[in-house]
Amino acid sequence: MESIISVSNVSKTYASGFEALKRIDLEIRRGEIFALLGPNGAGKTTLIGIVCGIVNRTAGSVTVARYDIDRDYRAARSLIGLVPQELTTDAFETVWDTVSFSRGLFGKPADPAHIEKVLRALSLWDKKDSRMMTLSGGMKRRVLIAKALSHEPRILFLDEPTAGVDVELRKDLWGVVRGLKEEGVTIILTTHYIEEAEEMADRIGVINRGELIVVEEKAALIRQLGKKRLTLELHERLEAVPPGLDRHHLTLSRDGRELVYTYDTQAQRTGITALLRDLSEAGIRFRDLATSQSSLEEIFVDLVRQGQ
Amino acid sequence: MNLHAVRAIYGFEMSRTRRTLLQSIVSPVISTSLYFVVFGAAIGQRIPEIDGVSYGAFIVPGLIMLMLLTQSVSNASFGIYFPKFTGTIYEILSAPVSYFEVLLGYVGAAASKSIILGLIVLATAGLFVPLRIEHPVWMVTFLVLTAVTFSLLGFIIGVWADGFEKLQLVPLLIIMPLTFLGGTFYSLDALPPFWQYASLFNPVVYLVSGFRWSFYGVSDVSVAISFSTTLAFLALCIVVVWRIFATGYRLKT
Repeated sequence: MESIISVSNVSKTYASGFEALKRIDLEIRRGEIFALLGPNGAGKTTLIGIVCGIVNRTAGSVTVARYDIDRDYRAARSLIGLVPQELTTDAFETVWDTVSFSRGLFGKPADPAHIEKVLRALSLWDKKDSRMMTLSGGMKRRVLIAKALSHEPRILFLDEPTAGVDVELRKDLWGVVRGLKEEGVTIILTTHYIEEAEEMADRIGVINRGELIVVEEKAALIRQLGKKRLTLELHERLEAVPPGLDRHHLTLSRDGRELVYTYDTQAQRTGITALLRDLSEAGIRFRDLATSQSSLEEIFVDLVRQGQ
Repeated sequence: MNLHAVRAIYGFEMSRTRRTLLQSIVSPVISTSLYFVVFGAAIGQRIPEIDGVSYGAFIVPGLIMLMLLTQSVSNASFGIYFPKFTGTIYEILSAPVSYFEVLLGYVGAAASKSIILGLIVLATAGLFVPLRIEHPVWMVTFLVLTAVTFSLLGFIIGVWADGFEKLQLVPLLIIMPLTFLGGTFYSLDALPPFWQYASLFNPVVYLVSGFRWSFYGVSDVSVAISFSTTLAFLALCIVVVWRIFATGYRLKT
């Protein structure tokens, strides 16, 4: 698939000497939802800031729809909408004025019909004449999204858009994001709610300490890095895992009624046959068994730990 | 040219003035009226004419300049500092706008406000003292040039400031004293020779002198020097602003 953002060998060292990004290479594909995951201070916001023109990079180059972000900054930036992490708003402006301001700032002529469409989609229409300072945090977040969508961007950056947002808004928001994807808008999001990435994203990048550890299709990432768990419900309670089963690294549930075996789905031998044989030889019988895939969150935690 | 963006920034800044009409327009008019009452009517009556101009009328150009300088600096510095303070500057930095367009929006709005105020003060002065403007074109030229130049200075201060104290520091400690000592309320001839000479290092002297010449045809220093000094200061401000944008100084991390 054609790439719409191309980040090449980008580094950022702040004046304090802190190296926020280390030679990042990243291609964002046109029309995809790309989730950028990473712990606090990993470099997510810095990377977004560089692409959007807010942060000066120390080295490397970035193109947006093949436009160099320095040379052709007008063409590049007019394609991008940014929803920042912080709730930065003009307290005294009305919702309508601040959203219309953003449209003008991005070089688009006034279009009240479009602004109305955006405000309605984000359930902001009845607040259009309210001043920003009278809105709740969740409402302000909606306004920031409306501002970013006011100029009909082809690329949308959502920097932790659901931080501190209630469940209803989160659902609304993801509805809007799905709608945008259907319209062909490319979406790059960072989030702390990994289940969101798991649900929404096509591809996932994990960044830690300024380095991109992995960039992969979501399903492939889960498949490749994911571990599966085999849970055996025992007939009889066990006090401890019998010594003969040590090589399988089993864990026993607190009540002694479940044995859990973790295995790598990508390994040539999963070890299940051997385990079942050893269990039979040890005289341990089970009444039921179930397997489960590790979640993206578990994969993420593992990746970050490995990097530390 | 992204004219929509220029209009958006300009309109945003001007709407702030409309929202805060009382503090933006009414209070400067009241304070200027007080100057006229105190210096023009009360004390002024005891002061003889200067170069054939009554004292009340003599201080009008200086008072307009005082208003123009302080308002240009404070409007422009606040205009750019506030988005930095609240964080909304992200939108300006990420928008497809050139530095020139950003300046046109912010400095244009700040200068417009000062010019409007200057004209309001002029009209207010007309209520207290008889006025005459001998060189109206030059009067407007000095008015606009000064408003633009000091709005640029205000923009620089707004970018440089990293707290509200610093925002107040330059206007309070530099602009205000220079204006008061810049011949706003007196002719340089009234000073002892040493202070006359020292005053020539005060850029405001040239602004006030040139502006007063456009009203009454009399000046402390030659009009050509006044005009070129204003242009030189404008050029200096443009160079500094250009460097700010080129390096992202205190705007980008």
